[in-house]
Amino acid sequence: MAKKFMYVNRKPPYGTIYALESLEVVLIGAAFDQDVSLAFIGDGVYQLTKGQDTKAIGQKNFSPVYSALGDYEVTKIYIEKESLEERGLTLDDLQHLVWEDEDDDWAEKDSIRLVSRAELADVLDDQDVLLSF
Amino acid sequence: MKIALQINEGPYQHQAADSAIQFTKAALAKGHEIFRVFFYHDGVNNATRLAIPPQDDRNITAEWVALQKEHNLDLVVCIAAAQRRGLIDEDEMNRQGKDANNISEGFRISGLGQLIEAGIEADRLVVFGA
Amino acid sequence: MSLLHTVNKSPFESNTFDACLNLAKSGSTVLLIEDGVYAATTGNSVADKIKNTTDINFCVLGPDAQARGIEGKLAEGIKVVDYEGFVDLVAEHDAVQAWL
Repeated sequence: MAKKFMYVNRKPPYGTIYALESLEVVLIGAAFDQDVSLAFIGDGVYQLTKGQDTKAIGQKNFSPVYSALGDYEVTKIYIEKESLEERGLTLDDLQHLVWEDEDDDWAEKDSIRLVSRAELADVLDDQDVLLSF
Repeated sequence: MKIALQINEGPYQHQAADSAIQFTKAALAKGHEIFRVFFYHDGVNNATRLAIPPQDDRNITAEWVALQKEHNLDLVVCIAAAQRRGLIDEDEMNRQGKDANNISEGFRISGLGQLIEAGIEADRLVVFGA
Repeated sequence: MSLLHTVNKSPFESNTFDACLNLAKSGSTVLLIEDGVYAATTGNSVADKIKNTTDINFCVLGPDAQARGIEGKLAEGIKVVDYEGFVDLVAEHDAVQAWL
Protein backbone atom coordinates (compact mmCIF):
# COMPACT_ATOMS: atom_id res chain seq x y z
CA MET A 1 0.00 0.00 0.00
CA ALA A 2 1.23 3.48 -0.82
CA LYS A 3 2.44 5.57 2.07
CA LYS A 4 1.55 9.20 2.57
CA PHE A 5 4.70 11.23 1.98
CA MET A 6 4.79 14.91 2.72
CA TYR A 7 7.60 17.28 1.85
CA VAL A 8 7.59 20.13 4.35
CA ASN A 9 9.13 23.29 2.92
CA ARG A 10 9.80 26.13 5.35
CA LYS A 11 12.75 27.92 3.79
CA PRO A 12 12.89 30.53 1.01
CA PRO A 13 14.83 29.91 -2.22
CA TYR A 14 18.39 31.04 -3.15
CA GLY A 15 19.56 32.17 0.32
CA THR A 16 20.24 28.52 1.10
CA ILE A 17 20.15 25.38 -1.02
CA TYR A 18 17.36 23.61 0.89
CA ALA A 19 14.52 24.62 -1.47
CA LEU A 20 16.35 23.48 -4.61
CA GLU A 21 17.53 20.18 -3.15
CA SER A 22 14.07 19.53 -1.71
CA LEU A 23 12.62 19.91 -5.19
CA GLU A 24 15.19 17.43 -6.48
CA VAL A 25 13.92 14.85 -3.98
CA VAL A 26 10.32 15.50 -5.00
CA LEU A 27 11.13 14.88 -8.67
CA ILE A 28 12.97 11.62 -7.93
CA GLY A 29 10.36 10.55 -5.39
CA ALA A 30 7.58 10.97 -7.94
CA ALA A 31 8.70 7.73 -9.61
CA PHE A 32 7.86 5.68 -6.50
CA ASP A 33 4.06 5.72 -6.75
CA GLN A 34 3.47 6.95 -3.23
CA ASP A 35 0.74 9.31 -2.05
CA VAL A 36 2.76 12.53 -2.26
CA SER A 37 1.94 16.03 -1.10
CA LEU A 38 3.93 19.20 -0.52
CA ALA A 39 3.43 21.77 2.22
CA PHE A 40 4.71 25.32 2.06
CA ILE A 41 4.79 26.92 5.50
CA GLY A 42 6.36 30.13 6.75
CA ASP A 43 9.06 31.47 4.43
CA GLY A 44 8.58 28.33 2.34
CA VAL A 45 5.74 30.13 0.55
CA TYR A 46 8.36 32.39 -1.06
CA GLN A 47 9.49 29.41 -3.14
CA LEU A 48 6.35 29.74 -5.25
CA THR A 49 6.32 33.48 -5.97
CA LYS A 50 5.90 34.63 -9.55
CA GLY A 51 8.50 36.74 -11.31
CA GLN A 52 11.69 35.23 -9.91
CA ASP A 53 14.71 36.33 -11.94
CA THR A 54 18.09 35.12 -10.73
CA LYS A 55 20.27 36.32 -13.61
CA ALA A 56 22.04 38.94 -11.53
CA ILE A 57 22.88 36.64 -8.59
CA GLY A 58 24.49 33.93 -10.69
CA GLN A 59 22.16 31.13 -9.62
CA LYS A 60 19.81 29.00 -11.70
CA ASN A 61 16.17 30.06 -11.50
CA PHE A 62 14.46 26.81 -10.56
CA SER A 63 11.01 28.30 -10.00
CA PRO A 64 9.71 27.08 -13.43
CA VAL A 65 10.15 23.51 -12.20
CA TYR A 66 7.21 23.87 -9.79
CA SER A 67 4.84 24.30 -12.74
CA ALA A 68 6.01 20.90 -14.07
CA LEU A 69 5.10 19.06 -10.85
CA GLY A 70 1.65 18.25 -12.25
CA ASP A 71 3.32 16.25 -15.04
CA TYR A 72 5.05 14.22 -12.30
CA GLU A 73 1.64 13.50 -10.76
CA VAL A 74 2.46 15.70 -7.79
CA THR A 75 -0.93 17.33 -7.49
CA LYS A 76 -1.42 18.17 -3.82
CA ILE A 77 0.32 21.38 -2.84
CA TYR A 78 -0.75 22.79 0.50
CA ILE A 79 -0.15 26.45 1.28
CA GLU A 80 -0.67 27.71 4.81
CA LYS A 81 -3.06 30.65 4.55
CA GLU A 82 -1.73 32.44 7.63
CA SER A 83 1.84 32.26 6.30
CA LEU A 84 0.77 34.02 3.11
CA GLU A 85 -1.14 36.67 5.03
CA GLU A 86 1.71 37.36 7.46
CA ARG A 87 3.91 38.09 4.47
CA GLY A 88 1.42 40.39 2.75
CA LEU A 89 0.91 37.87 -0.05
CA THR A 90 -2.16 36.45 -1.75
CA LEU A 91 -2.52 33.49 -4.10
CA ASP A 92 -2.19 35.97 -6.98
CA ASP A 93 1.44 36.48 -5.99
CA LEU A 94 2.14 32.77 -6.44
CA GLN A 95 2.45 30.67 -9.56
CA HIS A 96 -0.76 29.07 -10.74
CA LEU A 97 0.02 25.37 -10.47
CA VAL A 98 -2.22 22.87 -12.24
CA TRP A 99 -2.42 19.20 -13.18
CA GLU A 100 -4.41 17.29 -15.79
CA ASP A 101 -6.82 14.67 -14.48
CA GLU A 102 -6.75 11.67 -16.79
CA ASP A 103 -9.85 10.24 -15.08
CA ASP A 104 -11.77 13.40 -15.96
CA ASP A 105 -10.97 13.76 -19.69
CA TRP A 106 -7.66 15.50 -18.88
CA ALA A 107 -9.42 18.40 -17.25
CA GLU A 108 -7.01 20.97 -15.86
CA LYS A 109 -7.28 21.23 -12.09
CA ASP A 110 -5.66 23.41 -9.46
CA SER A 111 -2.82 21.79 -7.54
CA ILE A 112 -2.68 24.47 -4.87
CA ARG A 113 -4.82 23.98 -1.79
CA LEU A 114 -4.96 27.05 0.37
CA VAL A 115 -5.55 25.78 3.90
CA SER A 116 -5.77 27.25 7.37
CA ARG A 117 -3.39 26.26 10.13
CA ALA A 118 -6.04 24.05 11.68
CA GLU A 119 -6.67 22.27 8.37
CA LEU A 120 -2.96 21.86 7.68
CA ALA A 121 -2.43 20.45 11.18
CA ASP A 122 -4.91 17.70 10.28
CA VAL A 123 -3.13 17.01 6.99
CA LEU A 124 0.26 16.78 8.72
CA ASP A 125 -1.17 14.50 11.35
CA ASP A 126 -2.37 12.12 8.66
CA GLN A 127 1.06 11.57 7.06
CA ASP A 128 3.21 8.45 7.28
CA VAL A 129 6.52 10.06 6.30
CA LEU A 130 7.47 13.71 6.76
CA LEU A 131 10.56 14.88 4.90
CA SER A 132 11.80 18.21 6.25
CA PHE A 133 14.03 20.62 4.40
CA MET B 1 11.18 -1.38 14.78
CA LYS B 2 12.94 -0.23 11.61
CA ILE B 3 14.10 3.38 11.84
CA ALA B 4 15.66 5.43 9.02
CA LEU B 5 17.58 8.66 9.47
CA GLN B 6 18.11 11.64 7.21
CA ILE B 7 21.05 13.94 8.04
CA ASN B 8 20.94 17.38 6.44
CA GLU B 9 24.02 19.07 7.90
CA GLY B 10 27.76 18.53 7.85
CA PRO B 11 29.73 17.58 10.96
CA TYR B 12 31.02 20.16 13.48
CA GLN B 13 29.25 23.19 11.96
CA HIS B 14 25.96 21.98 13.38
CA GLN B 15 24.98 19.48 16.08
CA ALA B 16 22.80 17.46 13.70
CA ALA B 17 25.38 14.71 13.10
CA ASP B 18 26.21 14.44 16.82
CA SER B 19 22.52 14.13 17.68
CA ALA B 20 22.06 11.52 14.98
CA ILE B 21 24.99 9.46 16.27
CA GLN B 22 23.69 9.50 19.85
CA PHE B 23 20.20 8.64 18.61
CA THR B 24 21.57 5.78 16.51
CA LYS B 25 23.50 4.33 19.46
CA ALA B 26 20.41 4.54 21.70
CA ALA B 27 18.14 2.99 19.08
CA LEU B 28 20.54 0.09 18.52
CA ALA B 29 20.95 -0.37 22.28
CA LYS B 30 17.19 -0.70 22.57
CA GLY B 31 17.13 -3.40 19.92
CA HIS B 32 15.76 -1.37 17.03
CA GLU B 33 17.06 -1.74 13.51
CA ILE B 34 18.58 1.28 11.79
CA PHE B 35 17.34 0.63 8.28
CA ARG B 36 19.50 3.29 6.65
CA VAL B 37 21.20 6.61 7.35
CA PHE B 38 20.84 8.93 4.38
CA PHE B 39 23.18 11.92 4.12
CA TYR B 40 21.79 14.87 2.17
CA HIS B 41 22.57 18.58 1.67
CA ASP B 42 25.82 19.40 3.51
CA GLY B 43 25.26 16.18 5.45
CA VAL B 44 27.33 14.47 2.74
CA ASN B 45 30.41 15.98 4.41
CA ASN B 46 30.02 13.41 7.18
CA ALA B 47 31.54 10.93 4.74
CA THR B 48 34.91 12.54 4.06
CA ARG B 49 37.84 10.45 5.22
CA LEU B 50 40.19 13.45 5.01
CA ALA B 51 38.94 15.42 8.01
CA ILE B 52 41.52 15.90 10.77
CA PRO B 53 39.71 17.11 13.88
CA PRO B 54 41.92 18.13 16.83
CA GLN B 55 43.01 15.16 18.95
CA ASP B 56 40.87 16.23 21.91
CA ASP B 57 37.75 16.49 19.75
CA ARG B 58 35.47 13.72 18.54
CA ASN B 59 35.99 12.31 15.05
CA ILE B 60 32.49 12.18 13.64
CA THR B 61 33.32 10.26 10.46
CA ALA B 62 35.25 7.68 12.50
CA GLU B 63 32.26 7.31 14.83
CA TRP B 64 29.99 6.59 11.88
CA VAL B 65 32.50 4.08 10.50
CA ALA B 66 32.77 2.32 13.88
CA LEU B 67 28.98 2.07 14.12
CA GLN B 68 28.82 0.85 10.54
CA LYS B 69 31.34 -1.91 11.25
CA GLU B 70 29.75 -3.04 14.48
CA HIS B 71 26.14 -2.99 13.31
CA ASN B 72 26.49 -3.28 9.53
CA LEU B 73 24.75 0.08 9.07
CA ASP B 74 23.75 1.21 5.60
CA LEU B 75 25.33 4.68 5.36
CA VAL B 76 24.23 6.24 2.07
CA VAL B 77 25.56 9.50 0.67
CA CYS B 78 23.38 11.24 -1.91
CA ILE B 79 25.32 11.26 -5.16
CA ALA B 80 23.88 14.53 -6.50
CA ALA B 81 24.52 16.42 -3.26
CA ALA B 82 27.96 14.83 -2.92
CA GLN B 83 29.13 15.62 -6.45
CA ARG B 84 28.00 19.22 -6.06
CA ARG B 85 30.17 19.50 -2.93
CA GLY B 86 33.23 17.58 -4.11
CA LEU B 87 32.65 14.34 -2.24
CA ILE B 88 33.47 11.42 -4.53
CA ASP B 89 34.42 7.78 -4.27
CA GLU B 90 36.92 5.91 -6.39
CA ASP B 91 34.41 4.91 -9.08
CA GLU B 92 33.24 8.49 -9.47
CA MET B 93 36.84 9.69 -9.53
CA ASN B 94 37.56 7.42 -12.48
CA ARG B 95 34.30 8.17 -14.26
CA GLN B 96 34.66 11.94 -13.89
CA GLY B 97 38.41 12.03 -14.53
CA LYS B 98 39.22 13.58 -11.15
CA ASP B 99 42.65 13.23 -9.50
CA ALA B 100 41.47 12.20 -6.02
CA ASN B 101 38.64 10.75 -4.01
CA ASN B 102 37.66 11.29 -0.41
CA ILE B 103 34.75 9.06 0.63
CA SER B 104 35.51 6.99 3.70
CA GLU B 105 35.12 3.24 3.88
CA GLY B 106 31.78 2.29 5.38
CA PHE B 107 29.80 4.79 3.30
CA ARG B 108 28.31 4.17 -0.12
CA ILE B 109 27.22 6.68 -2.74
CA SER B 110 23.80 6.28 -4.27
CA GLY B 111 20.78 8.17 -5.54
CA LEU B 112 17.93 10.03 -3.89
CA GLY B 113 15.72 7.02 -4.50
CA GLN B 114 17.45 5.47 -1.49
CA LEU B 115 15.89 8.14 0.72
CA ILE B 116 12.42 7.51 -0.66
CA GLU B 117 12.92 3.77 -0.32
CA ALA B 118 13.96 4.29 3.31
CA GLY B 119 10.73 6.21 3.87
CA ILE B 120 8.75 3.36 2.36
CA GLU B 121 10.55 0.45 4.03
CA ALA B 122 11.26 1.85 7.50
CA ASP B 123 8.61 2.23 10.18
CA ARG B 124 9.86 5.73 11.05
CA LEU B 125 11.98 8.40 9.40
CA VAL B 126 13.78 10.83 11.70
CA VAL B 127 15.36 13.95 10.17
CA PHE B 128 18.30 15.78 11.75
CA GLY B 129 19.22 19.15 10.30
CA ALA B 130 19.53 22.89 10.69
CA MET C 1 -2.64 9.16 14.72
CA SER C 2 -0.31 11.41 16.64
CA LEU C 3 2.94 13.07 15.71
CA LEU C 4 6.23 13.61 17.48
CA HIS C 5 7.53 17.10 16.67
CA THR C 6 11.18 17.98 17.20
CA VAL C 7 12.34 21.59 17.56
CA ASN C 8 16.06 22.31 17.50
CA LYS C 9 16.26 26.10 17.51
CA SER C 10 16.17 28.66 20.28
CA PRO C 11 12.80 30.44 20.36
CA PHE C 12 14.73 33.69 20.75
CA GLU C 13 16.58 33.24 17.48
CA SER C 14 13.92 31.86 15.16
CA ASN C 15 10.17 31.34 14.87
CA THR C 16 10.57 27.57 14.53
CA PHE C 17 9.12 26.89 17.98
CA ASP C 18 6.04 29.00 17.15
CA ALA C 19 5.70 27.38 13.73
CA CYS C 20 5.64 24.02 15.47
CA LEU C 21 3.07 25.09 18.05
CA ASN C 22 0.88 26.50 15.27
CA LEU C 23 0.60 23.09 13.67
CA ALA C 24 0.96 20.65 16.56
CA LYS C 25 -2.37 19.02 17.27
CA SER C 26 -3.84 18.23 20.64
CA GLY C 27 -2.33 15.02 22.00
CA SER C 28 0.90 15.30 20.06
CA THR C 29 4.35 15.59 21.63
CA VAL C 30 6.93 18.33 21.15
CA LEU C 31 10.51 17.28 21.93
CA LEU C 32 12.99 20.14 22.36
CA ILE C 33 16.51 19.19 21.26
CA GLU C 34 19.81 20.98 20.56
CA ASP C 35 19.29 24.77 20.83
CA GLY C 36 15.56 24.13 21.08
CA VAL C 37 16.00 23.28 24.76
CA TYR C 38 16.25 26.99 25.67
CA ALA C 39 12.48 27.22 25.23
CA ALA C 40 12.09 24.98 28.28
CA THR C 41 13.71 27.20 30.92
CA THR C 42 11.54 28.70 33.60
CA GLY C 43 10.84 32.41 33.68
CA ASN C 44 11.75 33.10 30.06
CA SER C 45 9.51 35.11 27.76
CA VAL C 46 8.08 32.05 25.99
CA ALA C 47 7.47 30.03 29.17
CA ASP C 48 3.80 30.98 29.18
CA LYS C 49 3.32 29.40 25.76
CA ILE C 50 4.37 26.04 27.12
CA LYS C 51 2.41 26.52 30.35
CA ASN C 52 -0.75 27.52 28.49
CA THR C 53 -0.56 24.77 25.89
CA THR C 54 -1.85 22.02 28.12
CA ASP C 55 -3.04 19.65 25.39
CA ILE C 56 0.49 19.02 24.07
CA ASN C 57 3.15 16.96 25.85
CA PHE C 58 6.42 18.87 26.09
CA CYS C 59 9.66 16.97 26.51
CA VAL C 60 13.23 18.16 26.57
CA LEU C 61 16.33 16.17 25.67
CA GLY C 62 18.22 16.06 28.97
CA PRO C 63 21.74 15.69 27.53
CA ASP C 64 21.23 18.88 25.48
CA ALA C 65 19.90 20.79 28.51
CA GLN C 66 22.77 19.52 30.66
CA ALA C 67 25.34 20.47 28.02
CA ARG C 68 24.00 24.01 28.02
CA GLY C 69 23.91 24.32 31.80
CA ILE C 70 20.15 24.79 32.04
CA GLU C 71 19.09 21.45 33.50
CA GLY C 72 18.39 23.10 36.87
CA LYS C 73 16.28 25.82 35.26
CA LEU C 74 13.75 23.72 33.39
CA ALA C 75 10.12 24.70 33.78
CA GLU C 76 7.83 22.45 35.79
CA GLY C 77 5.76 19.95 33.88
CA ILE C 78 8.32 19.40 31.16
CA LYS C 79 9.43 15.81 30.95
CA VAL C 80 13.16 15.23 30.62
CA VAL C 81 14.23 12.32 28.41
CA ASP C 82 17.60 10.91 27.41
CA TYR C 83 18.46 9.59 23.93
CA GLU C 84 16.80 6.27 24.72
CA GLY C 85 13.71 8.25 25.72
CA PHE C 86 13.95 10.06 22.38
CA VAL C 87 13.97 6.68 20.64
CA ASP C 88 10.95 5.58 22.69
CA LEU C 89 9.06 8.73 21.68
CA VAL C 90 9.83 8.02 18.01
CA ALA C 91 8.53 4.48 18.40
CA GLU C 92 5.41 5.52 20.34
CA HIS C 93 4.26 8.12 17.80
CA ASP C 94 3.05 7.42 14.28
CA ALA C 95 5.48 9.73 12.52
CA VAL C 96 8.08 12.40 13.26
CA GLN C 97 8.03 15.99 12.01
CA ALA C 98 11.37 17.75 12.40
CA TRP C 99 10.92 21.52 12.48
CA LEU C 100 14.21 22.57 10.93
